[in-house]
Amino acid sequence: MRILASLKIAERALRRNKMRSLLTMLGVIIGVGAVIGAVSLTSGATKQVEDQVSNLGENVITVFSGNFTTGGMRGGWGSAPTLTLEDTAAIRGLPNVVGISPEVRDRAQVLANGLNWNTQVLGESPDYPQIRNWDIALGAMFSDADVRTLAKAAVIGKTVADQLFPNENPVGQTIRIRNLPFQIVGVLAAKGFNLFGQDQDDVVVVPYSSHMHRITTRTFVNSIQVQAANDKVISLVQQEITDLLLARHRSKEQDFTVRSQLELMQTVTATSRAMGFLLAGVAAVSLVVGGIGIMNIMLVSVTERTREIGIRMAVGARAADILVQFLIEAVTLSAIGGAIGIAGGIGFSKTVAYLKDMPTVTPILWIVIAVVSSAVIGIVSGFYPAWKASRLDPIEALRYE
Amino acid sequence: MQTNPVIKLDAIKKTYHTGEVDVQAVRGISLDIFPGEFVAIMGSSGSGKSTLMNMIGALDRPTGGHYWLDGIDVSTLNRDQLADVRNEKIGFVFQGFNLLSRTSALENVEMPMQYNRQRITAHEQVERAHHALELVGLGERAGHHPNQLSGGQQQRVAIARALVNRPALLLADEPTGNLDSQTSIEIMGVFQKLNEQGITIVMVTHELDVARFTKRMVILRDGRIVTDEAVANRSVAENELQRLRQEQQAVKLAS
Repeated sequence: MRILASLKIAERALRRNKMRSLLTMLGVIIGVGAVIGAVSLTSGATKQVEDQVSNLGENVITVFSGNFTTGGMRGGWGSAPTLTLEDTAAIRGLPNVVGISPEVRDRAQVLANGLNWNTQVLGESPDYPQIRNWDIALGAMFSDADVRTLAKAAVIGKTVADQLFPNENPVGQTIRIRNLPFQIVGVLAAKGFNLFGQDQDDVVVVPYSSHMHRITTRTFVNSIQVQAANDKVISLVQQEITDLLLARHRSKEQDFTVRSQLELMQTVTATSRAMGFLLAGVAAVSLVVGGIGIMNIMLVSVTERTREIGIRMAVGARAADILVQFLIEAVTLSAIGGAIGIAGGIGFSKTVAYLKDMPTVTPILWIVIAVVSSAVIGIVSGFYPAWKASRLDPIEALRYE
Repeated sequence: MQTNPVIKLDAIKKTYHTGEVDVQAVRGISLDIFPGEFVAIMGSSGSGKSTLMNMIGALDRPTGGHYWLDGIDVSTLNRDQLADVRNEKIGFVFQGFNLLSRTSALENVEMPMQYNRQRITAHEQVERAHHALELVGLGERAGHHPNQLSGGQQQRVAIARALVNRPALLLADEPTGNLDSQTSIEIMGVFQKLNEQGITIVMVTHELDVARFTKRMVILRDGRIVTDEAVANRSVAENELQRLRQEQQAVKLAS
């Protein structure tokens, strides 16, 4: 028996009861739609986090001062000043370190152009834009010489530039930080909001030496940003930094914390991944329910069409022909349901993406999984009714009223 | 006759084991039917004619004896082989027409060819189905669905369906049971015409009027053949139709 002929018979049988076919498919439609929708939303969220994390810079390791537990006290990152410029110099000497910047942070009121603005003032090294993967839009970064000479040079973020120098080129102008005049040498490119919703462009970056001696009087740095040569050596560099600092600080307990981007990403995406698994589980259950629905309707259909089966057997259909015919019907039902479900799931996620301004990604792999699983559901749930139909006795089937 | 029989039954028996009592529906029937014959198998209900018909139609296997259909020993075949024999050697016409509803006459006629083991191209299927419909005088109605056709027309579609695989035997089970007398005569006319073209026909019926259109009458009682004779005073469909029309005319004139 030709597959094409079977498909035609299946199509006719399904069209005969349009409403029933649609309701039968509904289980698979909802199941597949839920899987695709859930996966699209969670992969979108994961991708957003990944983008934001890579936005922090490439292959970045951050050394925070302090630890979660210091001397029995549960503190946190940056809770104790333990990192020094000497530590920074030592880390710089490690292999596979291609960039390093000691970071000191403070908030300050800045004035320029007759306007003022409260912003974050960072002390960094000239490696900072490279580590953060951050372009300079106008002008240039300050140099190593500026660091050595405690130069009053500053690079400002886009937000600060917009606030203090509307419609003006800030490069070459003067900005007053704690009443000290700094010359603006560059403007950073816009970077947007970070993982925690902070405006990363609301920043003024000065040489860390100038920050520590002129703006504040600090001897410790808040954190050290380290860039590893590539993503394969991140763990190695992390371990080397830990060993080096433990030796340098000669403390029993670790008074610093080394975190890589990778770990940060894992922490943040763990939640959305768990959510995704939960949704996929619910969707899988509804797929099973959909399969039972198909089996139920196929059993009814076999009973209803006993006479048709008898006629077909009388004119020479083999048991296998009847089996294939009903299997194809079940698979057609679930495949169409699956296709509608995929379209619906993508449509749903796009709508959510549009309304809630969330990115969504529908991985091809999951579309393949949805297609395969709906076909499998069709075969599994259609097999028993089809087998039952193929076992009918033609004489009794013909006599069936 | 020198030719081989289309049907050769040799001491065919069929016993149903239902519960504690064994029912002997057919108790040893031997019968030869040769190509070109037109045979009526008659008998009252319970005579075993339906059981015999099912066995001749390869829908059922005898519990004793042998049955050769067109030289093939059908009594030893399995389910799939029986299906193939039904497909290639036998054309069925049923009392209740048994057409597929919501399916055009043409597609109904095409249906047996879908199960033919020799692949028939779609083009040839359509051609053969059209030809079969023309043979029964329904060439114009190929696109109609069964519910758009009269009972007689539906039975013609069923006959076309039975003929489309070029069977060795046309097997009809009470083909006029659901039809009025005029349509019955018309259908018998179709059978007589087909028989004249050399098609072997076996028809099961309990109506003597209908059996008189055939050439040979086999009467069963209690699972055995009691009479097997040629039909004397054979009815011819055309003449019978004419007589029927005259009678109707007479009734009209009288009223």
